[in-house]
Amino acid sequence: MSKLFSIKEDRSLYPEKNVEGKIDVDLSSHKYLKMWHGPQHPGITGNMSLEITLLGDEVMDCETHVGYLHRGFEKLMERRKYIQCFPLVCRVAVPEPDFNEYCFAAAMEELAGIEVPETAQWLRTLVLEMGRLSSYLMWIGGQSGAFGQGIVGQWSNYMRDSILDRFEELTGGRIYHMYIIPGGVRGLLPDGFKDRMEENLKFIESMMKDIDRVMFNNAVFKKRSVGMGIIEKEWVTKFGITGPNARSTGIPMDVRKDYPYLMYPKLDFEPVTAQYSDIYNRADVRRRDLLMSVDLIRQIMAKMPEKGEIRAETPNVLHWKVPAGQTYKRAECTRGEYGYFMVSDGSEYPRRINVRGPSYTHAVALLEKMIINCNLSDIAGLMVSLHTYPPEIER
Amino acid sequence: MGKINDILSPFTAWKHVVNEPLSVKEPLKREGADRYRGFHKNEIDKCIGCGTCEEICQNAAIDMVPVEGKETKDGDSGLRPKIDYGRCCWCALCVDICTTGSLSMSNEFKWIDENPDNFRFVPGAENKPWDDKEKGWKKPDYHLYNPERVEMHELKPEERDKSFIEIIHGYSKEQALLEADRCVACGICTATCPAHMGIPEYIKAIRNDDLEEGLRILYDTNPLPEICGRICTHKCETVCSVGHLGDPISIRWLKRYIADQNPSDKYKEILGTENIEKNGKKVAIIGSGPAGLSAAHYLSLMGYSCTIFEKLPQAGGMMRYGIPEYRLPYESLDKDINYIQSLGTEFRYNTTVGKDITIEQLHEKFDAVFAGTGLHLGRSTRIPGTDHADVYQAVDLLRDIVLGNEVPVKEKIVVIGGGNVAMDITRSLARLQNQKYGKVQIITTSLESEDIMPADREEIVEGREEMAQIIPGWGPVSIKIEDGKIKGLNVVKCLSVFDEERRFNPKFDDNQTNFFEADMIVESIGQGMDLSYISDKTKENLKLDPRGRIIVDEYFRSSIDWLFVGGDIIQGPDVIHGIANGHKAAIGIDNFINNQNK
Ligand code: SF4
Ligand code: SF4
Ligand code: SF4
Repeated sequence: MSKLFSIKEDRSLYPEKNVEGKIDVDLSSHKYLKMWHGPQHPGITGNMSLEITLLGDEVMDCETHVGYLHRGFEKLMERRKYIQCFPLVCRVAVPEPDFNEYCFAAAMEELAGIEVPETAQWLRTLVLEMGRLSSYLMWIGGQSGAFGQGIVGQWSNYMRDSILDRFEELTGGRIYHMYIIPGGVRGLLPDGFKDRMEENLKFIESMMKDIDRVMFNNAVFKKRSVGMGIIEKEWVTKFGITGPNARSTGIPMDVRKDYPYLMYPKLDFEPVTAQYSDIYNRADVRRRDLLMSVDLIRQIMAKMPEKGEIRAETPNVLHWKVPAGQTYKRAECTRGEYGYFMVSDGSEYPRRINVRGPSYTHAVALLEKMIINCNLSDIAGLMVSLHTYPPEIER
Repeated sequence: MGKINDILSPFTAWKHVVNEPLSVKEPLKREGADRYRGFHKNEIDKCIGCGTCEEICQNAAIDMVPVEGKETKDGDSGLRPKIDYGRCCWCALCVDICTTGSLSMSNEFKWIDENPDNFRFVPGAENKPWDDKEKGWKKPDYHLYNPERVEMHELKPEERDKSFIEIIHGYSKEQALLEADRCVACGICTATCPAHMGIPEYIKAIRNDDLEEGLRILYDTNPLPEICGRICTHKCETVCSVGHLGDPISIRWLKRYIADQNPSDKYKEILGTENIEKNGKKVAIIGSGPAGLSAAHYLSLMGYSCTIFEKLPQAGGMMRYGIPEYRLPYESLDKDINYIQSLGTEFRYNTTVGKDITIEQLHEKFDAVFAGTGLHLGRSTRIPGTDHADVYQAVDLLRDIVLGNEVPVKEKIVVIGGGNVAMDITRSLARLQNQKYGKVQIITTSLESEDIMPADREEIVEGREEMAQIIPGWGPVSIKIEDGKIKGLNVVKCLSVFDEERRFNPKFDDNQTNFFEADMIVESIGQGMDLSYISDKTKENLKLDPRGRIIVDEYFRSSIDWLFVGGDIIQGPDVIHGIANGHKAAIGIDNFINNQNK
């Protein structure tokens, strides 16, 4: 039966690759089909598109196209005062804005020699973990949805909404939090926040058990994900792979451990890894990372001070001249290493800001390599398994 | 086994069939969080239109626009922020930085309208359903600029109460940079400053550590920065927007910092006045006070040759002969005056117009005349006993101190008056008492209660630190004299000074009396002008208002076309007004002379 529907068995049908490792496609031979996957495909992660060449329903060649979401933030920031960049940076990665806010603020603070009060550092750590949780909840819906399990997405969306409620009461905004302001944060925890958060966490934990049963212990999901889309260990350094994509190959790399920042040194956790990186294991690493976030949020809420200074004194933000210099600040986001490279020439405007979004590596070069021989119907699942957010590719 | 499990386990999802569906019901009915950054609100009467919200908005979502019922006045631009919801990104930085705390955000987030233009609106000026919502984003406790003033180092009372050395030290570079950093560059001060000095611009020059540029900006509108940097009445600071929720910027000390830091021998080079071409025209200036000096400066820049006629032996007018040295040291005064002199102005000291030379002669010899003769005649309360020999006028005593004449200093002195001149004489006499008797026994009393005393607050505070008793709220009735000697001053409680129409009309409570012991009384209730230098012949053509003041046009030209008049005699005692008048008059004189030659 399977032989009938698969061409994998007979490799002789495969075209030869040329010196560049590409195949020469002669469309008039009617052997191949060229098609665009995205940017408006519901299975695509965000606005990017794949120009794929199919032989039957198998991908022979692929070129990624980005640019649909280019807003020119890095350039815009060179024309904005530092404080005016603050409301801009969250937009670089829409589903997980807080890492932008953190890296931007931390880079500025380092150049300006500003010490952020401890309470603010705890709150920053909390917000980053909340961001991780909500980002994974968004991802899990996408991952299951790409393999046809709509129900998980409905549950996870509801869970994510409950975290956005907490974001709303803490930061004043649901999506763009604009909370980690250079110098500190913009507010203490509201009264009763911890109780409400604990309620949400309990609910998430119980729902995650259901998701285990429905998604991870699911023959269909396993059939489509186990052994699919493997990332070889040696690719990690070759491609600059970070985050769960790298950890699932067995390498315990995690910026939270490797380059400790904020209050992570005071928290108890170990990077989540797997033996080898196929779609299933990557999903499982993220699932466990998600649950670790739940645990970290509890740890943070237990250890953080209730009150205290939340913002260091800074120069007048309207004409804050950050001392000349350059720095790179990084943090571990759900996709891997997130970083801001900031150059100041000592003026009121940043000279250059470069955002390192992990999706750039994962969604372009890595995907182009991994997608070859992938079945058309698995492309969406493969892409989501790399967990990429095109907005951070196009800064 | 695992495989069977994997087939069965997903069916556990069916248990949710009996549960409530996981969805947010009626999302549009939910209320925004307490801190939600929703639609803007503005307390329109509290807002001063400083535009700082507009300045910080990175989306250019805010335009400052005129609104009905709001006039431009001192400390209020009359404009209010109009927000464009097609641009706003709800960052609330405008709220965080608002200098008055008038701007906030409600927790409302739904607004349905068919006309897109309606989404540009002036919060507070257009009634919106969320205007009275309590919840929403408020100005936080942290500061985006420092609301606290950088302390100025001053001599302690015990270090200064016997001498006339300068009390205020001036900012160091580090202090000036910090203080300059606090300014939000709104320009509210500029509008109020009588000379409309480019305050945010010179404060910016300090931040950029470009003090030469700072000096150029100062001299654009004010040729006496050393002086004003010390004794200006700083109306700008009274209205400074940062003062609403904190201390106003020390505009005066910052100006002084720029002037102090630039060496006088480099002024001409910095200000580009090394080679001014003369135009061959001459202007006579009567009086070397701020108005006369300012006119001389700006006329010199235009190429005029100015001659200042000064009755007293040195230049500066009231700034030298009225303001004590501990507030304005002579070297600072001289720095400003010497520079004006170096531009070619000739000073004729000890020359009284009307006596040594007539005003008609000036008219003959010069192309135009500017008179800024100031208010040098002390006014008397005219209460019984003021004709006694031990009753003095503050202005006369202050002048005598500077001239080096002998000044009578008795053991117990009462000063009548609540303005800066009263404080000047009080504090000067306190020093002299201290030198002579080793103690201070001086009472200063004013009609005005403390909150409306016209003297600067710091003068009152410092006067008290120097052991002068300042007792406001009493009206003088009579001077008690026994055996030809003054015994003291009888006073009654003053209830109010002005009537409802803000006219001077004091009300007293005769049942509440008091007596201040004294053997010498000094009156300091205001000064009058002396126009005797204008001959009767010329006066015939001079139009005066019902209160005897010379009527001038906007360029300070009197009804006699060649005679321009400005300064205290026109606008009341104030240095910066005098400077502004002199500048304006210089322009008027230039126009007059140019038109005459056409
Ligand atoms: S910053 Fe505040 S006071 Fe100034 S214009 Fe804006 S709303 Fe008004
Ligand atoms: S909330 Fe932000 S974007 Fe909106 S008007 Fe205020 S400063 Fe501008
Ligand atoms: S000194 Fe005060 S009023 Fe003037 S521009 Fe600065 S902040 Fe505004």
